[in-house]
Amino acid sequence: MIRKMDSSPIRLRNCSKTYGDGTIAVGPVDIEIAAGETVVILGPSGCGKTTTLRMMAGLEMPDPGGHVLFGADDVTRLPIEKRNVGMVFQSYALFPNLDVLENIAYGLRVRGIGLAERSARAREMMGMMRLEPFAERRIDQLSGGQKQRVALARALAIQPRALLLDEALTALDAKLRDTLRTEIDVLLRRLGITTVYVTHDQEEAMSLGDRIIVMDRGKIVQIGSPREIYHRPGCRFVAEFVGTMNRLPGEVRDGQFVTKSGRIPCRHLDPDCREVMFRPESVTIADPAECDLTGRVAATFFLGDRTRLVVDGIGDQPVIVESESAGEFVVDQIVHLKVRSAAVHAF
Amino acid sequence: MRHGIGFWLQLGFTLLVSAFLMVPIGMSILAGFTENYFRGPSSGLTTRWIVEVWERYGDNIFLSLGIAASCLVVTILIGVPAAYVLAKRQSRLSRMFEELIILPVAIPGLATALALVMLYGTFGGFRSSWTFVLVGHVLYTLPFMVRSVLAVLSSIDLRTLEEGAASLGAGFWTRFWTIVLPNAGSGILAGSLMVTTLSIGEFNLTLLLTTPFTQTIPVGLAVAYTNARLELGSAYTVLFFAMIIPLLVAMQIWGNPSRTSTKRKRRALEKVVSP
Repeated sequence: MIRKMDSSPIRLRNCSKTYGDGTIAVGPVDIEIAAGETVVILGPSGCGKTTTLRMMAGLEMPDPGGHVLFGADDVTRLPIEKRNVGMVFQSYALFPNLDVLENIAYGLRVRGIGLAERSARAREMMGMMRLEPFAERRIDQLSGGQKQRVALARALAIQPRALLLDEALTALDAKLRDTLRTEIDVLLRRLGITTVYVTHDQEEAMSLGDRIIVMDRGKIVQIGSPREIYHRPGCRFVAEFVGTMNRLPGEVRDGQFVTKSGRIPCRHLDPDCREVMFRPESVTIADPAECDLTGRVAATFFLGDRTRLVVDGIGDQPVIVESESAGEFVVDQIVHLKVRSAAVHAF
Repeated sequence: MRHGIGFWLQLGFTLLVSAFLMVPIGMSILAGFTENYFRGPSSGLTTRWIVEVWERYGDNIFLSLGIAASCLVVTILIGVPAAYVLAKRQSRLSRMFEELIILPVAIPGLATALALVMLYGTFGGFRSSWTFVLVGHVLYTLPFMVRSVLAVLSSIDLRTLEEGAASLGAGFWTRFWTIVLPNAGSGILAGSLMVTTLSIGEFNLTLLLTTPFTQTIPVGLAVAYTNARLELGSAYTVLFFAMIIPLLVAMQIWGNPSRTSTKRKRRALEKVVSP
């Protein structure tokens, strides 16, 4: 049985974090997360995403002037144990001295809930996470995926106002990560709980987030839906960090972007633009008559539903093309490419 | 199975070394039960020396046990929190403190004892009471408690465990009692066995700290060997063995935290394989 959870909106207002030695982990950021929304904070390691999450959790105190609000409550000064948030750590942080059931019931035990009731509620959580067979197992007898499910059940058992996940799936292998990601996604939507998920994995961010906050060097560089982030990157960093991006040097002449191997008609470009970017799937294989660029196939990767081509001789770096065409390509073959001009970005 | 000459040579050597270690112990024990050591066991076996030791030095035994127990309590009360702080704060200062508490083990016990006597010798009541010996024992055994607890606490991700507990609503003391202490358990046990054994057997430092009224077992043993019959001293040794060997065995079984954890892991593995 799954009940909707009563969860809070989260707001960070002017929150920055400077460490004792003067390093600024997070510049002043403002973030608003609606109740029930799933937001992913995405960025490379050291970008301040975990520190931002820890400020929401109450594990780090923002510099003076910053405020953390859960709904109407200013929780800036409250330590984590008084904030009623569920937290899931990359390293699981399960208690080795307790078994699975006791781990899940720990938060309820701390709240002084009697043995019978807390066991019942912990078992309900275990049912939800399909953990019943493991109730009496010790933590070191669980696989990585089971551990992370226990960690999630433990965080949800206290009916938190928000769920905060710090690189929760990073330690798992790729296949398990996929399965668990789907599972978590379905669960969070059914529970309707405010969720903040920190990751450096853009694929994970795309599939989990209602919205993605991209961070770089302590600052928020873009906030948007996964589609916006992918199709309309706001800056060069986002364009390069999320997905694969081709870069092509050249210059703008008469509404066209002229490169050494051809020209792309692009009316929206700034006249001073010296470089354009586009995604592999924005390129199609075309007839020589109507093509923009011409190059030579350096490598091909058959991916089942499409073929990825690495094409040389266009710019300084090879251009990656994803073709859905059924045709076969061979190395050294000359290919003619057409770029969808609306999908060309310049920064 | 047939063994080559190498095997027999190795076995012989091992037995020789064992004999070198064991024969004196065996002789001592035998002497403790012999009527007259210079005439040998043919003079007859007896337990009267044991009884006499018990009558003469029984107080030493109880004093030693009392000091060891008090020493254990004090080292747990000081050592466990100290190890916790050292595990949580990895600064240069904490490393220095860690080295500092090792000092009484590194420098000769006699020097530590002299320093204590020079400092507190004039505090008559304290100097002549058993608590003066206790201070010396705590100084000497504390690093063993701190080190074993610290080793266990460093092997788990204490900070994240505590953050996990805090996120579930546990304040500092709740976390300390329900998460930190239980997970430090094997280290505390190992440290406790070590501290008790060391305290009972400590001689170097204790010799100067005791008075004729506060003699511990090892000091009494030295007195017995120098002042009384050899058989009496040997009987004393027998009693000492009877106390210390169970502790040593316990230490071998439960005392090594890394071994218990591998054993637990192995057990866990077996359970996973055949649930």
